[in-house]
Amino acid sequence: MVVLFGLFLLTLLVITALGIVNADNLFAAVMLMGIFSLQMAAIFFVLDAADVALTEAAVGAGVATMLLLGALALTKDKEKRRRRRRWPAIVIVTVTTLMMIYATFDMPRLGDPQAPVHQHVAPWYLSETPKVIDIPNVVTAILASFRGYDTLGEVFVIFTAGVGVMFILANGSGNGRRTMVPSADSTGLRHHLVPRVVGRLLVPFIVLFGLYVQFHGEYGPGGGFQAGALISAGLILYALVEGEKEALRAIPLSVLVGMIAFGAFLFGAVGVVGMLFGGNFLDYSVLLSNPVAGQHLGIMLVELGVGITVTGVLLTIFHTIAARRKDH
Amino acid sequence: MEFFGLYNYWVFAVLLMIGLYTVMSKANLIKKLIGMSIFQSAVFLLYITMDKVEGGTAPILKPGVDGQIYSNPLPQVLILTAIVVGVATLALGLAIVVRISESYGTIEEDEVREIDRE
Amino acid sequence: MMPIIAQLPILQVVVPLMAAPLVILLRGRNLAWFATMAASLFAFAISMNLANRVREAGPVSYEVGSWPAPYGIELYVDAFSALLLIVVSGASSFALLIARNSLKHEVPEDRQHLFYTAWLLALSGLTGILVAGDAFNIFVFMEISSLATYILIAGGKQRQALTAVFKYLILGTIGATFYLIGVGLIYMMTGTLNLADMAARLHNVADLKPILVAGGFITVGLAIKAAIFPLHTWLPNAYTYAPHAVTAFIAACSTKVSLYVLLRFDFFVFQDNLPGHVAQFTAFLMPLAVIAIVLASLIALVENDLKRLLAFSSVAQIGYILLGASLVSVTGLTAGISHMFNHALAKGALFFAVACLAAGGARLSVTGLSGAARQMPLTMAAFVAAGLSLIGIPGTAGFVSKWYLVRACLELGPWGALLIAPVLVGSLIAVLYVWRVIESAYFASANQSDKLTEAPRWMLAVLWSVVGLNVYFGLQPTLPLELAASAADTLLFPYD
Repeated sequence: MVVLFGLFLLTLLVITALGIVNADNLFAAVMLMGIFSLQMAAIFFVLDAADVALTEAAVGAGVATMLLLGALALTKDKEKRRRRRRWPAIVIVTVTTLMMIYATFDMPRLGDPQAPVHQHVAPWYLSETPKVIDIPNVVTAILASFRGYDTLGEVFVIFTAGVGVMFILANGSGNGRRTMVPSADSTGLRHHLVPRVVGRLLVPFIVLFGLYVQFHGEYGPGGGFQAGALISAGLILYALVEGEKEALRAIPLSVLVGMIAFGAFLFGAVGVVGMLFGGNFLDYSVLLSNPVAGQHLGIMLVELGVGITVTGVLLTIFHTIAARRKDH
Repeated sequence: MEFFGLYNYWVFAVLLMIGLYTVMSKANLIKKLIGMSIFQSAVFLLYITMDKVEGGTAPILKPGVDGQIYSNPLPQVLILTAIVVGVATLALGLAIVVRISESYGTIEEDEVREIDRE
Repeated sequence: MMPIIAQLPILQVVVPLMAAPLVILLRGRNLAWFATMAASLFAFAISMNLANRVREAGPVSYEVGSWPAPYGIELYVDAFSALLLIVVSGASSFALLIARNSLKHEVPEDRQHLFYTAWLLALSGLTGILVAGDAFNIFVFMEISSLATYILIAGGKQRQALTAVFKYLILGTIGATFYLIGVGLIYMMTGTLNLADMAARLHNVADLKPILVAGGFITVGLAIKAAIFPLHTWLPNAYTYAPHAVTAFIAACSTKVSLYVLLRFDFFVFQDNLPGHVAQFTAFLMPLAVIAIVLASLIALVENDLKRLLAFSSVAQIGYILLGASLVSVTGLTAGISHMFNHALAKGALFFAVACLAAGGARLSVTGLSGAARQMPLTMAAFVAAGLSLIGIPGTAGFVSKWYLVRACLELGPWGALLIAPVLVGSLIAVLYVWRVIESAYFASANQSDKLTEAPRWMLAVLWSVVGLNVYFGLQPTLPLELAASAADTLLFPYD
C-alpha cells in the first residue's frame, strides 16, 4: 500500500516538474515549485526520512518560495515565450539520463537490508549512539556530533549566503553605516483586518513551535535549521502584517547581523574549546567531566548556534529584499 | 518487485533531465534558477532512496523496543546539508538576478547578451 | 593540552573560518582589511609548517571530533595537499596586499567589510577542500569556496561582472551537483564516504556499472570547476570582470584546487579498482589537454582585452597541468603538479601587474596600452618578467615545469615526441601574445589624452616581490619540486 502511494507521489512529482518547465507565468512556476517541494517532503517521509522531510518542507517549500517571490517582486514575473527547442541541450540531457539508467541496473534494490550502505557505517551509528551520545534521534547525533564538521561547514554556507545577499543588494549609504530605508508603503497589511488579526494570533505560536523544534531536535525530528526557518517565518509574517518599520524597530538590522556572526562563531567556539580541553576540534566529550553529558551540552550549543545564524540570515535576506525599491 | 525499487531511480534520472534541460535551454534567468533547484532536488531523491530499509522506520531510537529495524540515518544527514546548500545558492543567484534586472532592464539571457554586445 | 602541532590540519581551516564572523562586525577604515590580512598570514604560516611536517614525517591524519574514521570525518594532509595549501594561502596573502589599494576603486567603502568576510570564506573553503579526507566534506567546503568566490567576483565594477558571475554560478552548481551524484553512487556501492576507506572497499564491489557512471559524473563535474576545455566557458568573463585582486587570487588557485580533487579521486579511489582506468583516463583527458593548450593560446593571441587574454592563457596553462597528469607517470605528474605552483606565481604576478596598470590609470587592452611603458616603466618591466615566466624561459619558475613536462613526454618514446609539439607550440604562441603587449606598451606612441602615473609604491613592492619569487623558484626549485615529486609518488602508489 505504502509502495503504491510512493509510486503515485513520484509520478506526480514528474508531472509537476514538467508543469514548472512549461509555465510562462513565473508566479505560477514558483507556486508549482512550492508544491514540488511539498511532494518531495512527502516522499521523504514515506522513505523514513523524517528530519529531511521537515527540512525540505520548511526550507524548500518555505524559504525558497519566499526568496523566489521576493525576486519576482523586484523583476518581471512573465517569461518570454519561445518557439524553438534547443537541440544540443536535449542531446546532452538525454545522454546523461541514459547513463544514469544504465547505472541503475546494478544498483541495490530499494529497501534491501543487505545493501552496502546498510552494512558498514550505519549499524555502527545506530548501536553507538545510545552508548556515547544517548539521544534518540540518530540523525541529530550524526549531524551535530559524529559529522559535526560538515554541519559547521553548512552553517558557514548559510552565513556566506547572508553575506552575499547583503553585499550584492545592500543600498549602501556613503557614511559607513548601512541603513535600510523602508519604502514609503511600509505599513504592511495594517489596513486589512483579517490578515492583521489572524497574523498577530499566529506569530507567537509559530515562534513557539520553532523554539520547540530547536530544543526538541534530539528527541524527534528537528534541529537548528528547521527551527531557524520556522522562527524566521513567524517573524517575517510579523513584518508583513505590521510593516517594515515596526519589524525593524523590534529587531534592528544591526542585531540581525550580530546574530548571524554570533551563531556561526558559537559553533566554531565550541569546537575550539574542545581543543583547549585536550580533545580534537569539535570533540564534545571533553567539555564536561561526564563525556555523555558533554556530548549533550555540545550538541545543544551547536544546534543553538545554527538556529541563531539561520534565523538571522533569513530575516536579513528578507529585509534586504523588502528595502530595495523597484525603481532603484 | 524489482521494478518498484528501480522506479525511484528512474524518476531521479527523469527529474535530473528536466532540471538540466531547463537550465540549459530556457533563457529567463529565474527559470534557470528554478531548473537548477529541480536538478538539485533530484539528487536528494537519489540519496534518500538509499536510506530505506524494508520494514524499517525513521532512525529515532525507541527505548525498550527490541529488534526494531531502523532506516539508514547517514544519507539523511548528507541531504540535510545539501538542501541548505541548495537554498543558499538560490538566494545568491536571485540576488544577482535582481541586480541584473536593474542594470540591464531585462532578465532574459539573450537580451542581456545583446545589450552587452553594444 | 594537545600539542598545537597535532592540531595544525584543522587550524588551517578554522583560523580563516572563525575570522569571518569577526570581520563582518568590523567597520573601521582599514580594520576589516587588517583582520583579513592577519588571518591569511596566519594560514600561510600554518601551511608552511604543515609542509615541513609532511616532508619530514609523511602524510598527516586528523580525526575531527575525535571520532575514528570512517565514522567521523578525517582530515588528510600529504605532499600534494601541502604544496597547494602553500599556493592558496600565499596567493591569498599577496593578493590581499594588492587589494588594499586596488579595491578602493572597485568596491564602495561601506561594503568592504562584507567583501573581506567573503574573502576569508573563500580562503577557508579552499583550504578545507585541500585538507579533507572525506568525499562529502569536500563537497561542503567546495560550496563554501564557490559561493564566496561568486560574491568576490560580483564586486567587480562593471555590470558585466553580474552576468559573468551568474554564468559561473549556474555552471559551478551543476559541476558541484554532478560531483555529489558521483559521490552518492560510490556511497551506494561501498557504504562509506572516507576516501581511503572507499578505495579499500571498492575492491570488494562486484557490479562496477554504477562506479563507472560515478567516475563519469565526478570527472565531468570537477572538469567544469577546473575549467578544462570544453567546459571552461565561464572562466574568461569571470576573470575579466572581477576586481583585479580577486582575479589574481582565483587565477592562482581556484581551478587548481578542483584539479586536485579530480586527481585525488582518480588516483586514490579509482585507479586500482576500475580495470583499464588508467588507459581511459589518458585517452579521455590527454586530447582535451592538447586542444586546450593550442586553442586557448590561439584565442589569447587575438584577444584585445588584457585580462581576457590572460584568462585564456590560464585555460591553456590548465591544459599543461592536465597533460602532465594524463601521462600517468611520476615525471608527468611531477610536471603537472609543480606547474600548479609555478603557474600561480607567473599568472599571479601578471594579474598584479594589471592591477598596478589600472591603479596608474592605464587602459587595460592591448591597443589601449600604447606607450604605457614610458610613464609606468616599473610596472611594465614586471609584466615582461612575469611574461617570461609564463612562456617558460630558463631561469624562471615557468621553465622548470615545462622542462619536466617535456622530459615526461620523451619518456613515452616516439609517441611522446609527438606530444612535445603542442607544448612547444603553446609556448611559442605565448611568446607572441606577450610580445603583442610589450610592443604596444613600449613601442607604440602614447595616447595624448591619457594621463598615466606609476602605480603606488606599495603595490609595486608586492608586484616585484612576486616577480622575484618567480626568478627564485626558477633557479632554486627544490621546495616545490620535492613536494610535487612526493605528491606524484603518493598518487601513483598510494598503498606502498
